[in-house]
Amino acid sequence: MTDFLRPATVEDALALMAAGGVVPLAGGTDLYPATQRRALPGLVLDVTGLPGLCGITTGPAGLRIGAATTWTALARATLPPALAALQQAAVEVGGIQIQNAGTIGGNLCNASPAADGVPPLLVLDTEVELVGHRGIRRLPLSQFLTGPRQTARQADELLTALHIPASALSGQSHFRKLGARAYLVISIAMVAVRLDLQAGRISHAALAVGACSATACRLPQVESALTGAPAAEAPALIRDADVAAALSPLDDLRATAAYRSGAAAELLRRSVATLCQPVPA
Amino acid sequence: MKIDLTLNGAPASLNAAPGLRLSEALREGLGLTGTKIGCDAGDCGACTVLLDGAPVCACLTPAARAHGRRLETVEADDATLNHLRDAFLRHGAAQCGICTPGMLMAGTALLRDNPAPSPDQARAALGGVLCRCTGYARIIAAICDAGPPPLEDAPSSGTVGSSPRRLDGAAKVAGDSFGADLWQQGGLIVRAIRSPHASARFHFGDLAGWAAKTGAQVFTAADIPGRNRFGAIPPFADQPALAETHIRQRGEAVALVAFEDDGSDPDLSGFPVIWDPLTPLTSALDAAAPDAPRLHEGRAGNLLIAGHVRRGDAAAVLAASAHVVEGTTRTGFVEHAYIEPEAGAAWMEGDCLVIRACTQAPVMDRDDTALVLGLPPGRVRIIPSAVGGGFGSKLDLSLQPLIGLVTLLTGRPSRMTYSRAESMASTTKRHPSQISGRIGCDAQGRITGMEMDGIFDTGAYASWGPTVANRVPVHASGPYCTPHYRAEARAIHTNNPTAGAFRGFGVPQAAIWQETLYDRLAEQAGLDRLEFRHLNALRDGQTTVTGQTLHSTGISQCLDALRPHWSRALAEAAAIPGRGVGIASCWYGCGNTALPNPSTIRIGLTGAGALMLHQGATDIGQGSNTVIAQIASKALGLPLSAVTLIGPDTHLTPDAGKTSASRQTFVTGRAALAAGAALRAEILRRLNMGDAARLSLDGATLVASEGRQTARLDLSTLPADARGYALSAEESYDPPTLPLDENGQGSPYALYGYGAQMVELAVDPALGTVRLLKITAAHDLGRAINPLLAQGQIEGGIAQGIGLALMEDYIPGRTENLHDYLIPTTGDIPPIESLLIEVPDPEGPFGARGLGEHVLIPTAPAILNAIRHATGAEVTTLPALPHRIRAAMQRAEK
Repeated sequence: MTDFLRPATVEDALALMAAGGVVPLAGGTDLYPATQRRALPGLVLDVTGLPGLCGITTGPAGLRIGAATTWTALARATLPPALAALQQAAVEVGGIQIQNAGTIGGNLCNASPAADGVPPLLVLDTEVELVGHRGIRRLPLSQFLTGPRQTARQADELLTALHIPASALSGQSHFRKLGARAYLVISIAMVAVRLDLQAGRISHAALAVGACSATACRLPQVESALTGAPAAEAPALIRDADVAAALSPLDDLRATAAYRSGAAAELLRRSVATLCQPVPA
Repeated sequence: MKIDLTLNGAPASLNAAPGLRLSEALREGLGLTGTKIGCDAGDCGACTVLLDGAPVCACLTPAARAHGRRLETVEADDATLNHLRDAFLRHGAAQCGICTPGMLMAGTALLRDNPAPSPDQARAALGGVLCRCTGYARIIAAICDAGPPPLEDAPSSGTVGSSPRRLDGAAKVAGDSFGADLWQQGGLIVRAIRSPHASARFHFGDLAGWAAKTGAQVFTAADIPGRNRFGAIPPFADQPALAETHIRQRGEAVALVAFEDDGSDPDLSGFPVIWDPLTPLTSALDAAAPDAPRLHEGRAGNLLIAGHVRRGDAAAVLAASAHVVEGTTRTGFVEHAYIEPEAGAAWMEGDCLVIRACTQAPVMDRDDTALVLGLPPGRVRIIPSAVGGGFGSKLDLSLQPLIGLVTLLTGRPSRMTYSRAESMASTTKRHPSQISGRIGCDAQGRITGMEMDGIFDTGAYASWGPTVANRVPVHASGPYCTPHYRAEARAIHTNNPTAGAFRGFGVPQAAIWQETLYDRLAEQAGLDRLEFRHLNALRDGQTTVTGQTLHSTGISQCLDALRPHWSRALAEAAAIPGRGVGIASCWYGCGNTALPNPSTIRIGLTGAGALMLHQGATDIGQGSNTVIAQIASKALGLPLSAVTLIGPDTHLTPDAGKTSASRQTFVTGRAALAAGAALRAEILRRLNMGDAARLSLDGATLVASEGRQTARLDLSTLPADARGYALSAEESYDPPTLPLDENGQGSPYALYGYGAQMVELAVDPALGTVRLLKITAAHDLGRAINPLLAQGQIEGGIAQGIGLALMEDYIPGRTENLHDYLIPTTGDIPPIESLLIEVPDPEGPFGARGLGEHVLIPTAPAILNAIRHATGAEVTTLPALPHRIRAAMQRAEK
């Protein structure tokens, strides 16, 4: 018989988790596929009823996204253009059924190298908020994701929210995902790009690539090459070699490693070109 | 936990563990089996339900999450949903029906937000539901035409050549009853213990102790009362229902565990089996080596069988030909990926073992299950459930002997449903192939000769490997006159999954090789690719590579029909970089290869005036329930609406053979034609009316009229005949064939079907991705008995051809799910224009030929030819994934 906990407050949740062996459940879109059983095995704690875990709020420090916010809620929210990449990713996660159930926090905790949410959040300098009985701590997303299917979350901690600093809410962003079919596809490669443009030049560039390394990553060298460049020349500044140097792709059933890094560079060029297009009058 | 909810508009409550999958709670707790389970992983969307109006996968939703909420399933009575059901029936959007509930629910959610969606909006909304039958086009059309049913919608007459709603359609849009959907209460749940290794010896530990601890009953090969060997082709039967001392493939069953069917969640952990893994043979080339370990006694070199066809002197002719091309193509395992995993239930009726399960071949199931269980065939009754897709794999036994064994030995009902992973690991696949050879033509472009050698990985057991080895050499010429020919296909055993029947029996793999070489040959000869094919197309009076003289050939007509599209497409492609156009043809013999395969149909009128059609041709979605009835009703002269279907059921329907080899419309159709005609003749004889008389039923009275002459027959006054009817007829048909001699010469099929497809696509030069723009398909089906169903077959076959070409690659142990094993989604299928060509074949019913397998054959080579046309890239290893296309483009640039 499943032990299925539905605490009403974060405090209660933490108290229950202190005993150990508790698996937090959000959308269920990763936990159920991992079992062949009829019911979720083990001690499960449903976080979707916890106050503050759903929804998006803005404040002077930036934007807070509750960890149990669904992809559909993200896609439908009115958000700054800097979050366009996240919203574009939201409608490419599985199908509508998955988007209605799956959550952004669950996507991060599942820590797939091909997690669709990660590149768009990396270009937003996202921090994750972890709550444990020792208190609240914040970590940059890049430090939270420690490897394939591995995170810095302690077993007695809950991922409660994502914070996007006000400094990262500027500019526009774009997301591209490459796979072998149209829907329900695990990426061969995916990219997110956020650019600030001033007077026809890139004043700030944030680029991230997913599915081409153990965890998705930013590309600082390519970002520096773009910073200060005229928008029209930007795509050509993304060199295959620089992108390849930042990645460690695998050869697997979906693609070869060499193809992956070449494709990632091409996707980055295209997303940069999309963002650098002159706005039609 | 007590869960209170609003279910389909009414208050409801259920007791369920809070973390139970909502799909299980609905099906097992509330008996609402309309919600289907295809994967338990959110990959297929078949279990889509609406939670507070939003589509979710019930298999990923904790039952507790339904508490206090509004839940809607396919059982709902709702205006939007009901209108959509009607649109599905009008448009032929349901084939097998297993994805239909998921499609209907996702569609209903869309239509409530957007009553007039565009096709793109419909595709996006349904992108999370997989369909393996339809190619999605009819589904999208239905979603975009789902308003209140048109008032002027006059019911179709149902005559041959019209497209009435499918006779089993109402059930399909309500959530049909598949293998997992009907069982007897209070029985046993059966699970199989399967090998995680590809080759291993094994022994058991303390089975009795484990059984005592878990309360389960355990069954092993030692419990099998009959012959523990089955196989689709009796002389090659080699597959144990339960392995005895060693296993030859991953997923092979070694034991059964039966638990009380009381809602508990069986736990198989700790089952006492001890594996001794051996080094598996995983490639056919390695397995064919003289020193390779042998999988089966008596099969030296692991050779199951080799098929040959030899005609003339191909080597000499090729040496003297003006143009010769040579090449090798490779394909991998392809999974059938029907959305319904194998499922069924068994129970005893007196001393008769009843097995209700999904199948394509009820009589073969009965006979083979009886052999394994040591019963006379008459003590086994097979009732096919609705079949949620088959495509060849459900021709083989799967769980029939397993649940049969449990029920026979315990006397209790049992049931079993394969998990998605279990289905993918343990059932058959399309044969991987490596095909090499040469094709030549003269200076004018006429084919001179062909040499082909094919190696097919037939996996651990024989299954339909012999059929593949026989069909491939007969068909590898394509539908082209090839005077000198040598072809050999060898089926080699490995420890890979058993390769069996899959839509086309190896012919699609051969067509990939032959049709891609044809493009290169046309280029060498300086001919347009369509005209080259047209020049060489088989025509009436010409002989095939087996020496069979053909009549009523339709291939040149198919190419003629494509010609205007071809000219347009070439002109358009020439103007846009990265655009390509490809073409390929097919032919395919309908029915068994040079072997008998009779069908029998019974038709009867009851004393009350009911017209009963005993229709044993299993409808796996393709439409035989409707097509066979259309043929019988036309031959009899009573309307289709009068027909009541009986069966399939081995106790109620005569043997209509297996649903395979594109044979049902042709072979069972001929039997239906004969049965209908025989009953008509009997009626007219009794009423002393002429053959032109028109029949009608007026209650229990049969009325025949011609001109001013009318005669009546009161059926209620007639004594029941030997079949229990007032009047009845039963007729058989077996296609006339001639056996193949040692050179493969003979007339293996009574008739062939023909087709040609044209693909327009764009290749992204930097990423190697393909965007399909349009597929135009011309198929000679002799006579379209039901044009809408024929169109559905074409669109569905093309979708599977797209998968074969661009994305499908089954890797044992790695892609045993529907997110790593990719099949096309709504967004992967371009617009398809079907051109139905009708060159009647005198052997077919009303001239009809088979179609079901033909439609898949040309698609993949036409795509590869279009990729080459667009980029110069020659992709010779399938699937043509983006990285392979990109690499081939780089080779072509050098």
